[in-house]
Amino acid sequence: MNLEKVKSDIEAAVPGCRLQIVVNGSPSGQHSLLLDREHAFAVAKFLRDDPELCLDYCSNVTGVDWPDTEGSGYLEVVYHLYSTVKKHGPLTVRMRTEDRKDAVNLPSFTPLWRSAEFQEREVFDLYGVVFDGHPDLRRILMWDGFEDHPMRKDYVDPDDYEYEPTAHDAVLKRALEHSNRDEKAGGCQ
Amino acid sequence: MLGEGIAKGLAETARNFFGSYVSKERLTTVQFPEERLPQPEAARDFPFLVYDGPDWQAGLRCVGCQICEKECPPKCIYIEKSKDKKPDALGKPQFYPAVFNIDISVCMSCQICVEVCPFEAIKMDTEFELSTDDRFGGLLWDKSQLAKSNEHYNKIHPTEAAEVDARLAEEKAKAEAKAKAAVQAAAQAAAKAAEAKASPAPPSAPPSGSAPSDSAPSGSAAPSAPATSSSSSTVAKND
Amino acid sequence: MSATATGSTATGPTAIRPTATPEIATQEIAGKAAAAGDNPGELLEISLGPHHPSTHGVFRMDVSLDGERIVKLKPVFGYLHRNHEKIAETASYLAAMPYTDRLDYMCSLSNNWAYALSVEKLAGLQVPERAEYIRVITAELTRLQNHASTIGFLIQEMGASGTPLMYAFREREKILDLFESLSGSRMMCNYMRFGGCRVELPAGWLDEVRKVVAEFPRFLDEFERLLAGNEILMARTQGVGVLSKELAIQGGITGPILRASGVNYDIRKVDKYGIYDRFDFKVPIGAHGDVYDRYMIRMLEMRESVKILEQALRDIPSGPIMDPKSKIRGFRPKAGEAYGRIESPKGELGFYLISDGSPNPYRYRVRPPSLINLTVLEDMCRGYNLADTVVIFGTIDIVLGEVDR
Repeated sequence: MNLEKVKSDIEAAVPGCRLQIVVNGSPSGQHSLLLDREHAFAVAKFLRDDPELCLDYCSNVTGVDWPDTEGSGYLEVVYHLYSTVKKHGPLTVRMRTEDRKDAVNLPSFTPLWRSAEFQEREVFDLYGVVFDGHPDLRRILMWDGFEDHPMRKDYVDPDDYEYEPTAHDAVLKRALEHSNRDEKAGGCQ
Repeated sequence: MLGEGIAKGLAETARNFFGSYVSKERLTTVQFPEERLPQPEAARDFPFLVYDGPDWQAGLRCVGCQICEKECPPKCIYIEKSKDKKPDALGKPQFYPAVFNIDISVCMSCQICVEVCPFEAIKMDTEFELSTDDRFGGLLWDKSQLAKSNEHYNKIHPTEAAEVDARLAEEKAKAEAKAKAAVQAAAQAAAKAAEAKASPAPPSAPPSGSAPSDSAPSGSAAPSAPATSSSSSTVAKND
Repeated sequence: MSATATGSTATGPTAIRPTATPEIATQEIAGKAAAAGDNPGELLEISLGPHHPSTHGVFRMDVSLDGERIVKLKPVFGYLHRNHEKIAETASYLAAMPYTDRLDYMCSLSNNWAYALSVEKLAGLQVPERAEYIRVITAELTRLQNHASTIGFLIQEMGASGTPLMYAFREREKILDLFESLSGSRMMCNYMRFGGCRVELPAGWLDEVRKVVAEFPRFLDEFERLLAGNEILMARTQGVGVLSKELAIQGGITGPILRASGVNYDIRKVDKYGIYDRFDFKVPIGAHGDVYDRYMIRMLEMRESVKILEQALRDIPSGPIMDPKSKIRGFRPKAGEAYGRIESPKGELGFYLISDGSPNPYRYRVRPPSLINLTVLEDMCRGYNLADTVVIFGTIDIVLGEVDR
């Protein structure tokens, strides 16, 4: 698959969409397409239904956190698309949120590929990306009452664990801090 | 006929059942505590520290470089490096681990510590019956519990240990040759200097030049081994 | 004739699909559609699991029942969540390798391979010939033992408690012994490295493998005699849990389940990763997409794996087993990303890695086949009896270590 050709095909089929090729510096040579949020769903639909590309199989969906890039940073969702008919792939497609705090909405691809259902839930759970149009957007691995998004780079784990003495100094240090805090708080727990 | 498939299947179970009386192949169960299968040579469970010679404290190969501590995936190793140096098996002054703890209740037996160790100091044991009723202290092993002799290592992993021994012997020979060459070079330089100082005097170097070659095999008696040779060889290893 | 030839790569007609006598086979499979909400007030909600013996670990299904029929089924998991991905992102590339053993703990060597393959793509490492052969041999042995025990468990869940499972475990044990003498551990092998394998094969290991591989078809024949014509098995499996081809592709289903639904998609053939283009083997394809086909596909795949093993054992060359460019300490791939995938016994196992040039991966993602194959569980179960869910679930072949990570 020639990424340049795919790009021009999409631009012909979905007028107004803004695409960008993200160059991958590693020897794997898997370059990817960055989609804009507004037209992403239409582009994905084209990728799935176009008889030449026929990317009917969405293999992998994942989130990436870039807190330090471009000012306030953004969250990224990456899709790896394959074709079971044409046996080609992967076409790597990515989308970025506006920032990491409030504007974290992206279109869901679950209506196109059901394989994205659990994986988008996982990205929502661990990264906090909200997928518009997902039929059942709930936490999947963490429990329902959980607040934060553990896979973000600035995640701080809560200080609520049970201490077991181990040889490792970092754990030991944290455990001491934990017990000190408990003493200050009146020794509850 | 209904039930034919079931009957065929039952015939197969019957063949296995009666077969287990005559054929060892069909009777695969081993009655464990009484009967034991031999462990394969590659078997591994928890790490131990190798020492040479009779005294574990003097012969510990570990130099406290903390590479294994850093690389350990579950972070079960805790090392405190010593402040002073002690001569190691080659006679070079080296750091040693003042504290070396492994929490084997955390260890996942991946043997990455063995792979990353540049000094062949940590190896995998095969002892697996380690249950204890002391959940915390009993499974946190310090270096006196971890230290096991090279003979033990040779016993549990003979092929691997033979390779390691050969490699170490080679390195030792190399280091000695290097030390010897360095001493000789130093002596020659000293002789030259002496020559230059007092040109008529015959070279007084020979005795000091021949002495290192006598004392070379006993590694511990080389305190004056030039600092350059020891540091260069550690750099090569740490590369 | 069901699990047989469609498409050029499909296997020959060794498969048989005997049908049970009509009085059992036609029994009320037709009335599936009648289930959904005529009477939503009277649905019975039960929670199957998380400690139900059929759930292969801690897994829960919230099931709504209309009488005995499933109306709604929501899988609930995460009980075993350790945030494997986060752990890997805070440790070096090498330190993630033993954790991959603990994803799908039945198939640690396949997981090792998938991860090593992705890192090799990321860093541009070349795997020596001999190491490639060793990888194929270990991965196919893994497939044999995984499929054998999956079928054993499946039959156990249908009520044949013990016997078939023990026969399967007897064979599995022989293969695990091989793994132990190779890597030192039966299940947590931690054997492959970036650019090769960790240690050279122990003396005589290949002969041991040849012996096990030569004996394996005997077990398959025995298993077929034991079960193939069994009327109860057929009644419980034929026409149960049907998954259509379209839904299978849409749902991202991979592995034996996808092929049982009639899709000719095997990553060993599609990507030809490693050296799979050198072996002559076929991909079994099913026609009905029901539980019976998924069972049969696994039986046939084992026979194909035996074929691959025989060829690999015949051709394995001598030589080095590590790329000399690969480093144990201080491994830092250039900035970039790579997605690598293999056909693990459960389906497509992929690793997506982003490097920023530091010793830790910036992003480390596992594409777990077990998790994604659960997507269509509800569709497969809707309309069938509660007792069938256990069987349908059994054919998906999940391992919770991989679902929850």
